Amino acid sequence: MHRLSIKQMSEKLRTREITSVALTQHYLDRIEKYDGDLNAYITVTPELAIEMARKADEMLDKGEGSLLTGIPVAHKDIFCIDGVKTSCGSKMLHNFVAPYDATVVEKLKSVGMPILGKTNMDEFAMGSSSESSYYGPTKNPWKLNAVPGGSSGGSAAVIAAGLAPFATGTDTGGSIRQPASFCGITGIKPTYGAVSRYGMIAYASSFDQGGPMSRSAEDAAWLLDAMSGFDAKDSTSLEQEKSDYTAQLEESLKGLRVGVPKEYFGEGLSESVSNTVKEAIEVLRQQGADIVEVSLPNKDLAVPAYYVLAPAEASSNLSRFDGVRYGYRCENPQDLSDLYMRSRSEGFGTEVKRRIMVGAYALSEGYYDAYYLKAQKLRRMVRDDFVNAFEQCDVIVGPVAPTTAFNIGEKSDDPISMYLEDLYTIPVNLAGLPAMSVPAGFAEGMPVGLHLIGTYHSEAKLLNVAHQFQQVTSWHEQMPEAYQ
Amino acid sequence: MTWEVVIGLEIHAQLNTNTKIFSGSSIAYGAEPNTQANLLDLGMPGQLPVLNKAVLPKAIRFGLAVGATIGRKSVFDRKNYFYPDLPKGYQTSQFSYPIVDKGGFLEIEVDGEIKKIGITRAHLEEDAGKSVHDAFPGQTGIDLNRAGTPLLEIVSEPDMRSAQEAVAYARKMHELVQYLGICDGNMQEGSFRVDSNVSIHKPGTPFGTRAELKNINSFKFIEQAIEFEIARQIEILESGGKVVQETRLYDSEKNETRSMRAKEEANDYRYFPCPDLLPVVVTDEDIEAIRAEMPELPSAKRARYVFEFGLSDYDASFLTGSRAMAEYFEAVVSHSKDAKMSANWVMGELSKSLNQQGIDINESPVSAEALAGLLARIQDNTISGKIAKQVFDAMWNQEGSADEIIAAKGLKQITDSSAIEALVDEVLAANAAQVEAYRNGQDKMFGYFVGQVMKVSQGQANPGQVNEILKRKLS
Repeated sequence: MHRLSIKQMSEKLRTREITSVALTQHYLDRIEKYDGDLNAYITVTPELAIEMARKADEMLDKGEGSLLTGIPVAHKDIFCIDGVKTSCGSKMLHNFVAPYDATVVEKLKSVGMPILGKTNMDEFAMGSSSESSYYGPTKNPWKLNAVPGGSSGGSAAVIAAGLAPFATGTDTGGSIRQPASFCGITGIKPTYGAVSRYGMIAYASSFDQGGPMSRSAEDAAWLLDAMSGFDAKDSTSLEQEKSDYTAQLEESLKGLRVGVPKEYFGEGLSESVSNTVKEAIEVLRQQGADIVEVSLPNKDLAVPAYYVLAPAEASSNLSRFDGVRYGYRCENPQDLSDLYMRSRSEGFGTEVKRRIMVGAYALSEGYYDAYYLKAQKLRRMVRDDFVNAFEQCDVIVGPVAPTTAFNIGEKSDDPISMYLEDLYTIPVNLAGLPAMSVPAGFAEGMPVGLHLIGTYHSEAKLLNVAHQFQQVTSWHEQMPEAYQ
Repeated sequence: MTWEVVIGLEIHAQLNTNTKIFSGSSIAYGAEPNTQANLLDLGMPGQLPVLNKAVLPKAIRFGLAVGATIGRKSVFDRKNYFYPDLPKGYQTSQFSYPIVDKGGFLEIEVDGEIKKIGITRAHLEEDAGKSVHDAFPGQTGIDLNRAGTPLLEIVSEPDMRSAQEAVAYARKMHELVQYLGICDGNMQEGSFRVDSNVSIHKPGTPFGTRAELKNINSFKFIEQAIEFEIARQIEILESGGKVVQETRLYDSEKNETRSMRAKEEANDYRYFPCPDLLPVVVTDEDIEAIRAEMPELPSAKRARYVFEFGLSDYDASFLTGSRAMAEYFEAVVSHSKDAKMSANWVMGELSKSLNQQGIDINESPVSAEALAGLLARIQDNTISGKIAKQVFDAMWNQEGSADEIIAAKGLKQITDSSAIEALVDEVLAANAAQVEAYRNGQDKMFGYFVGQVMKVSQGQANPGQVNEILKRKLS
């Protein structure tokens, strides 16, 4: 059942060949069976899932609901769900039960998608391996001693292992695409503002963007359709009318101009990943696309700019976790300053503290111009690179990450090498563009993703390219043997 | 050479919106603690601010009134610091690009001299919550009802040179924001808060180190606090000491200021643009639409009262002292068509009664329409001015309208000349000796007879007719 596409599942649900309760129970059973090893879920919500599945069945019995009604979903533990523990992978929120639904959660609830649970993640979405979670690392279903990527590593792993048909993720510097690449699944980070950030715990507000993670591009298109749209509760939400993300899926790629940035194939990229990506580009060419070389000359400015701006925003966004109103509070605080210092020192993990320190430093008096303002300038330069490149092409393709999934512990003591994991994904977040990771093959037995980057609001086009690619390839259908 | 005093004021005017600046919670004063704090006000994870657009025209109206440049693209910044009544760990304010930019000023008058006080800027920001230190022994309570209340922080240039000038500026500003209808001006409830930056130096030398006097809730105390602070600084400097830059609190009971915190300990606020909010763009059309709806400002009103109504400068100033007072007065005039008479009543009986009860004109038990109803009865000779005061007192005590009270108490003036003639005859007959004296040349006795007739008529005889009939009878 877990190998069906969403369309097939939906068909079976609507003809009542299967019930939502049965489908949901199927996933709950698989979670029970496999997640002990994977550690992909922080919280599993079987009662909530079954209760919601029952309601979905009632709708389906009456012939109501949409294509997604009755299909279960797992939410990254960064999205608030009313009455459900929402930890953001942190000890700081270990005891936090959210009192409200994020807009994304509310939207998926309203179409009748039972909630299986909350997936593991790097603490406060800061990381590229899911190792910084307070709940321990999630493992890559393709190789248990490898990381699933991060920060949405739990969501990627549950899709890869068939522990959910759908998952939500968030992408601040690559956190949907890199784990999608590492786990061999499909993930899309939409244009900044397409998916509401309301109820999504903020890491770096001007970069954070929620998006769907699934097996195929077609599945992702359906989920994105349900997740996105203007939200008056998010001032940075896009006010324009929502695109129909499934409308262009079947369009031919003939004449599509595919830009290959030469800077994305330079130093640091592993040869096997490079070869796999080039083979995927060749597939697109065979489907009628015109391959053109483009240039993103300021690509190397993106990581340093990001590691000033994102921590700067984070240092402020995470100030609310102070031990006063909710979340972790230290034992026996002696006074106010002790309460703050110990609650935050004990409640946050190393990487979170590192980024708060870096960010506070970049914003401090006397350094603001040299770091924060300078980084904003770099951000504009990186964005301008893309604007120029899109004058010559319709989509840009390249690798998602320089390597396949690395081993657990391999980079966790080396922040710089961890930061460079996001070398190809971060420029997209600086520019606020939509981008995807699409399974493109394997290198040394581990999945490799093809990075598709589009211009603003071109999600439908990206999904079209990915879907057409998936019509002639079967990488997205592969599952690790142990979970078949 | 004597010391020169340098004062600049930062005024926080609470904007009179219904809801908070970034959330839908009410800002009504006096609610039970934390009953007006929603998820955003509590700083819950994942919550996002949405600007209450009602604050914009209010801030812009202020900017236009003081002749300042309006920020066409103002930006909300985060001011980062930790405090328990600051739930998000930052205050959303405007730092680099305020909604009201340079160029504004206010004219004040001290000892007959007019002086321009520059306004550096005015920006929008959210208020913090309140720490309650006395409710729980050994613990501090947090009330977040006030957190997120919209404030306009108005920053003056250091243009004031005495406590009197500072108070004149603060009063003028207090009057202005109420006139503009953007702030209720209630100082007791903290809707209008004045922080004073005070320093002294010798003319021709750089400004001295300043102390900031915070949150003083009456003009009288502001003046006293500044006076005390000036004396304190002079004493320090003249005895060879140094003034420390710090925040000082005024203790009105002891009439002294004392140190609250030294600036050295102050935070680096790490301002940066709030990524959750878009810049506020103001167009020419927006500004023109707001300008078209600007209320008449106090100075224009005063001039109009002098020219149009023929009132004295003093009366015009008094009646324009607050927007509510001016509106009341104008409502009375619109009925009575007699500005001088209306002015006399508003400034006389009405103000006297308001002062006695210590209430605001908005709370007057006698409405402008009711007062106009009373004046109409004087104008048509139903009652005399003297009786009218008696009727006014009854109206003040909620006994009814002027007409109801006149009817109920039988206060209608006697204008029937035969009835007055009978009263006159009665008085003259009873005072034969005085009549004799009058006839022998004691003219001043005439007033005595008038008084007697008014007395027996219980004040209701028409005084003009009484005079006329007496003259005839005594001639």
